[in-house]
Amino acid sequence: MKYLTEYRNLEATQQVIRQIESVVTRSWKIMEICGGQTHSLVRNGLLELLPEEIQMIHGPGCPVCVTPMQLIDLAVELMQRGVILCSFGDMVRVPGSTISLQEAKSRGGDLRILYSPLEAIRIAKENPDREVVFFAVGFETTAPANALSVLQAEKEGLTNYSILVSHVLVPPAMEGILDDPFCAIDAFLGAGHVCAIMGYREYHPIAEKYKIPIVVTGFEPLDLVQGIYRAVIQLEKGQYHVENQYARAVSEEGNVAAQKVIHQVFEVADRQWRGIGTIPKSGYALKEEYSAFDAGKKFSLEKERPQDSGECIAGAILKGQKKPHECPHFGKKCTPRNPLGAPMVSSEGACAAYYHFASTNA
Amino acid sequence: MKSKPILPETIQLGHGSGGLMTRELLDQIVFNTFKNPYLEQKHDGAIVPLKGPVVISTDSFVVSPIFFRGGDIGELAVNGTVNDVAMCGAIPEFISLGFIIEEGLEMTQFLRVVESVKRAAEEAGVQVVTGDTKVVESGKGDKIFINTTGIGNPHPKAKISMDRVGAGDQLLVSGPIAAHGMAILSEREGLEFESGIHSDTTCLNHLVRDLLDTFGPAVHLLRDPTRGGLSGVCSEIAQDSELGILLRENALPLDKQVAAACEILGLDPLYVANEGIFCAVVNQEASEAVLEFMKSHPKGSRAALVGELREAHPGKVVMESPVGGTRIVTPLIGEQLPRIC
Repeated sequence: MKYLTEYRNLEATQQVIRQIESVVTRSWKIMEICGGQTHSLVRNGLLELLPEEIQMIHGPGCPVCVTPMQLIDLAVELMQRGVILCSFGDMVRVPGSTISLQEAKSRGGDLRILYSPLEAIRIAKENPDREVVFFAVGFETTAPANALSVLQAEKEGLTNYSILVSHVLVPPAMEGILDDPFCAIDAFLGAGHVCAIMGYREYHPIAEKYKIPIVVTGFEPLDLVQGIYRAVIQLEKGQYHVENQYARAVSEEGNVAAQKVIHQVFEVADRQWRGIGTIPKSGYALKEEYSAFDAGKKFSLEKERPQDSGECIAGAILKGQKKPHECPHFGKKCTPRNPLGAPMVSSEGACAAYYHFASTNA
Repeated sequence: MKSKPILPETIQLGHGSGGLMTRELLDQIVFNTFKNPYLEQKHDGAIVPLKGPVVISTDSFVVSPIFFRGGDIGELAVNGTVNDVAMCGAIPEFISLGFIIEEGLEMTQFLRVVESVKRAAEEAGVQVVTGDTKVVESGKGDKIFINTTGIGNPHPKAKISMDRVGAGDQLLVSGPIAAHGMAILSEREGLEFESGIHSDTTCLNHLVRDLLDTFGPAVHLLRDPTRGGLSGVCSEIAQDSELGILLRENALPLDKQVAAACEILGLDPLYVANEGIFCAVVNQEASEAVLEFMKSHPKGSRAALVGELREAHPGKVVMESPVGGTRIVTPLIGEQLPRIC
């Protein structure tokens, strides 16, 4: 697997770790934005290999974790109304206020786990007498395919397909974290996959405004330690600019064709983040001209919903203010089997990553 | 002489009624395929010659799709049970064969499954000696479900038991992991992707027999990592033996295509099902010789030494990553769910 195996190389990774050790003079808190990066840090045991001055803070970049509970309740309600609900896999175990999608399925709901919304289009064509809804969650990474599914449905004249949108955007979340008075983050590792789509132009003003280094970083062990090394060099020199460690996948302007599709179908809107609250202009909503494909409007799903119970400290976890094992419920009342909140469910969630892979020294 | 009645194109409810239609189906497809003196006794069950302690194991097979790259449900149903008997250190001799068929299954598909059972039983060297056929209404099954039970005597040199697992023992796997699960996934509705991945389904009883012939009590434990994958089996061994297991990720045999498919789909090969490999916990002194022996055997040519049992971290499985870090491997909770991005 070219571009993977060479980035899992023992000697190369350990050499970069030694370079970090040789330049670091004080402690730094570095946040990796993306849940995929958290997963890789823990899975590869990197946290115990890094010098103790480097503290990794796990950011909010897990789409499953930040999808509001109310939206899961809406999806459950759609299933109970006989809709074929199509979803990405790791959404299905996240608890709603009463049940998860998986439990709704076991009670007779029709749930299909898919890898692509374009599969949902096929299902809609094969079931013309039933409504098909795709649960469109995710960051900028999944937005192009979700947008494309709407365009495809329009082109084929499908009237039984719609999407339940909960798209969130990375840059506003970074600003939300930096605006928090308790924020103690010194540098960001930018989310490589998001930047592959969106580029990293948007990050220059953030680096400038908050005087914080941002290194766009990939997901393999060598990527991560290289990203950390570049961030540490900037921090030690008192610099703050945007760098691109993940140049094999990311360019400054990103994937322009994908961005065009996103902007054709979606517009920027305020969005609620589970555990964090509403962040202005932090998500996508369907444009008015595509409202026929908006499941929320089609099924009049706008009524009030119960809020999170408050036992889960997802907000503090996702903002990097607490580590998973600092939660009183971690591993006790809250486990992947009986999760209190989403970060324990998704394999990208910080809590689940800690629970599954936590270093034996932790 | 009366000519044989022509079977309909699809399985009908009447084929499970116990009446004439059942008889026609059994005569033309089942009895005609499996000819042996035990079946020809035509009792409600079979009288078989076994002495002393016997090992018995049962398993049900509900795989979808029923035909997949590298095998089908019939072959799986034989190999799965044969392997379970073998993992107990026994030599499987006889199996039962129970079908639950969904009304509407094409007769040609049923015939294909039955013929596949026959081929697999011949390869494993077991005889189908009793069986059952039921038909459920359309929509109440998923084409065909199969239950098999296997029976055989323990190998005379086998001393297989969790009590014999000790610190210092070495852990081997007999071949590349995760092939079966990824082969099935690549053909499942909604997830189709181009791949040449074949299921690893095969019978392991000959390799186990030869291993026990040669190494006998040096083999402490055998397990086949089917559902739940290698992580499931290792977690069970760690918990039940109250010892820790250290796995080396770099040592795990994994085909490139399978590894790539796992990457793309966001799945961890440790949790993906296998149907044609086993784990062996063996005495440290014998481990290198066992490895060489397995590699020289057609069913174990890609065997590898992947880890060891130790006193540290009792009850837990720890894996060394390729870059030198470690992590704890936990058993799967429910289904392994693909990640969003």
